[in-house]
Amino acid sequence: MNKGSFVSISDYSKEKILKILAIAADFEANPNRNLLENKVVATLFFEPSTRTRLSFETAINRLGGRVIGFSDANTTSSSKGETLKDTIAMVSSYADLIIMRHPLDGAARYASEVSCVPVINAGDGANQHPSQTLLDLYSIQKTQGTLENLNIYLVGDLKYGRTVHSLIIAMSHFNPEFTFIAPEELKMPEEYKQFCDSKGIKYREVSELKDISKADILYMTRVQRERFLDLMEYEKVKNVYTLKNKMLEKTKPNLRVLHPLPRVNEIDTDVDDNEKAYYFQQARNGVFARQAIICDVLGLI
Amino acid sequence: MFDHKKGLVVVALENGTVIDHIPPDKLFKVVSILNLDTLDSQLTIGNNLKSSKLGTKGIIKITNKFFEPNVINKIALVAPNAKLNIIKNFQVVEKRNIVLPDEIHDIIQCGNPKCITNNEPVPTLFFVVDKDDVKVKCNYCERMIHQEDIKMK
Repeated sequence: MNKGSFVSISDYSKEKILKILAIAADFEANPNRNLLENKVVATLFFEPSTRTRLSFETAINRLGGRVIGFSDANTTSSSKGETLKDTIAMVSSYADLIIMRHPLDGAARYASEVSCVPVINAGDGANQHPSQTLLDLYSIQKTQGTLENLNIYLVGDLKYGRTVHSLIIAMSHFNPEFTFIAPEELKMPEEYKQFCDSKGIKYREVSELKDISKADILYMTRVQRERFLDLMEYEKVKNVYTLKNKMLEKTKPNLRVLHPLPRVNEIDTDVDDNEKAYYFQQARNGVFARQAIICDVLGLI
Repeated sequence: MFDHKKGLVVVALENGTVIDHIPPDKLFKVVSILNLDTLDSQLTIGNNLKSSKLGTKGIIKITNKFFEPNVINKIALVAPNAKLNIIKNFQVVEKRNIVLPDEIHDIIQCGNPKCITNNEPVPTLFFVVDKDDVKVKCNYCERMIHQEDIKMK
């Protein structure tokens, strides 16, 4: 396996996370640096993505690197039945770094094992999306001034949402307190509650998005229609988890609303102009976090 | 355990390995995990034999075959209480318990249909995260599987 690869947030220690966040802050202050000069980066998106691909490609361009790749697997040999192993073996002989999104769980770990250049996981199925986690942490740190002892409310699809699962693992280093707000069908899986127990992390489960007066971070996720077996249930719950501007009235002044995006109807557009809405800046932070990840993976900093 | 007193239903070994106390319904899984079907050595398999501990049990005797611990320990997933007897010159020279290894290579099938290992020709790898409660974690999709849900390839 290629040692530099970044596949899973569980691979990163607290020190490593803090180091990446510090580098990201440097890039925010000074984003255009020619650290990737004469380097070719392959962005292999076997599954569509807007933000992740564009922010990775922006990060590469701001670092002076060049990009090859595809954003639709149908235009590649994988549509002819080429195995991932063969695609990776070939691309890793062309490029200095591979950034990959793939619909199958574990595809990134496997790619990192067969590639001779580092692989950055830009999302493998329902499993991991670690660069999202780092940009979430960067956003939390930037808005709160710290990652320690925060009250974090996770809202929406807590069962399938990989971003909330990775966030729990990453935040476990910083003594958080969690509130899980989800409908019965989409509750936080036992596995993650046991993880919190094993780390001595306090959490509570709530089924309605009501009292958010103690939250430092309100992390919203999309409740997806296709997750429900019973569409009647979906119709019942879909609006219970919609954040409206009025609901932010009696909240803490430092509260910030985060969302990995795309948002559908879980945050009303009337929230967008509230100073507590942070999701678009959060997406912008993705470029700096990804610049930091790329440089770290390649050992450039 | 190898029971001398009650007499053996199957012939005694001069040199080799006896795997005893295998649950009868797991006997052929043990055969398959250890690839005994492709072995040239003389092999005796007994199943549904009387056992004071298990009621009935399976037993496998393999002539002139000695397993490395990392090979034999693979059967811990199906027969964690099996006992291993190493026979030299008709004597039991060593008794061993089966110990679950830290890593399990290419035996378990991942239970997650969307795992890369179920969609491409990838050898599976599982880490044993809990030896008592038998919980393993897929190296690829990172899903945890409990003993009762473990399926062999």
